Amino acid sequence: MCLAVPGRVVSLSGDDPVTRLGRVDFGGIIKQVNLAFTPEAAIGDYVLVHVGFAIGVIDAAAAERVFAHLREIGEVAGDDPSAS
Amino acid sequence: MKFRDEYRDPAAAHRLAAAIARTVTRPWTVMEVCGGQTHAILRFGIDALLPEMVTLVHGPGCPVCVTPAEYIDKAIEIALRPRAILCSFGDMLRVPGRHGDLLAAKARGGDVRLVYSPLDALAVARAEPSREVVFLAVGFETTAPANAMAAYQAKRAGIRNFFLLVSHVLVPPALRAILNAPGNRIEGFLAAGHVCTVMGYKEYEPIAARYRVPIVVTGFEPLDILEGLWLCLRQLEAGRAEVENQYSRSVRRAGNQPAQALIREVFRVVPRRWRGLGDIADSGLGLAEAYGDLDAERRFGPVCAAGGNDGECISGLVLRGERKPPECPAFGTRCTPQRPLGVTMVSSEGACAAYYRYRLRQLAGDKAT
Repeated sequence: MCLAVPGRVVSLSGDDPVTRLGRVDFGGIIKQVNLAFTPEAAIGDYVLVHVGFAIGVIDAAAAERVFAHLREIGEVAGDDPSAS
Repeated sequence: MKFRDEYRDPAAAHRLAAAIARTVTRPWTVMEVCGGQTHAILRFGIDALLPEMVTLVHGPGCPVCVTPAEYIDKAIEIALRPRAILCSFGDMLRVPGRHGDLLAAKARGGDVRLVYSPLDALAVARAEPSREVVFLAVGFETTAPANAMAAYQAKRAGIRNFFLLVSHVLVPPALRAILNAPGNRIEGFLAAGHVCTVMGYKEYEPIAARYRVPIVVTGFEPLDILEGLWLCLRQLEAGRAEVENQYSRSVRRAGNQPAQALIREVFRVVPRRWRGLGDIADSGLGLAEAYGDLDAERRFGPVCAAGGNDGECISGLVLRGERKPPECPAFGTRCTPQRPLGVTMVSSEGACAAYYRYRLRQLAGDKAT
């Protein structure tokens, strides 16, 4: 039930902070999402959507961390573990 | 899909699994808290990538699974009232109460409607002012802001025919209950990434310190879960017990402040009974006094504590991480998603349903050989 799906904000509407809406693109499917909890969300941002509400804005820089870890792991292992 | 597909790269998953294998020198037992993580572990076969010394135990993070039968009974009772409309998320409809489920109530003429968002239930109340619309407000902290918003908007707009039957639960008190249980064998946790997106992870820091367990806030894709496990196992091997944040693309230490502010506005912390875990102090949310007019229990009478038990079903042991689904004699035979004996087989996030969906064929093969 805690499923939340990332999508890209393509447009914003509404001045009331409680009912601020965005149209969010989920890989080609566009849905209307309440943005009351992510006042910082701007067009082009990726938001995490749960039951019609954005509960967070995805930090693109932090999203790279696992791949930095993977490079680190690769160097420590000194070989290409995916080949093993 | 961006921020999803790249976290499902099999080669990267194998590299993380290899790193875990190099890290681990002795047996460890780690619980993934959230049912969504359990589902991903079985769907992508993550457990099969791990060294035998690592045991994953599936946690209670499935709101459908831990909602007590008496709430379902109350929802059914409300649904069968002539003027009422009962709105619910879809995964609650087949959860057995003591006297059937909500789908059966619908078949008996109850007006039960499936909604995607609590705001959809509020829209039903606006559209049908002569009816009494009740939303079954269940969930963990992830869902609390959305349900709080429905209550907030209803109160602000003066809508008088909208009610919430609330059975909200909180993760940290459940972790404490698991750690306090005499038979506890959990040595580390993968905390639920979306719960922490809302709440942050400050409240987990005292738990990690007091019980000496590493807690790693973890996402839901295969690379998230493997990285979360790697971080957790590195801590265990080094004798550390800290809160770490694997899911930093979504989770900040303080969480989502506007969402928490609305939760505090609409709800208050209350004791809750959990299916499988029993009564836990301060483990849930109920409506705050200022929102009492929206409380379905005030309008239609309180939920009455249920006696009895779940019969042959061992979902309580599964929810506490004391048994795995295939260890149940009824699993896959007398208990299936089509004819479930208990909640963990009903919910798509329930551990039994996940094993049934992704493992039954494999288990049958193992038995045959």
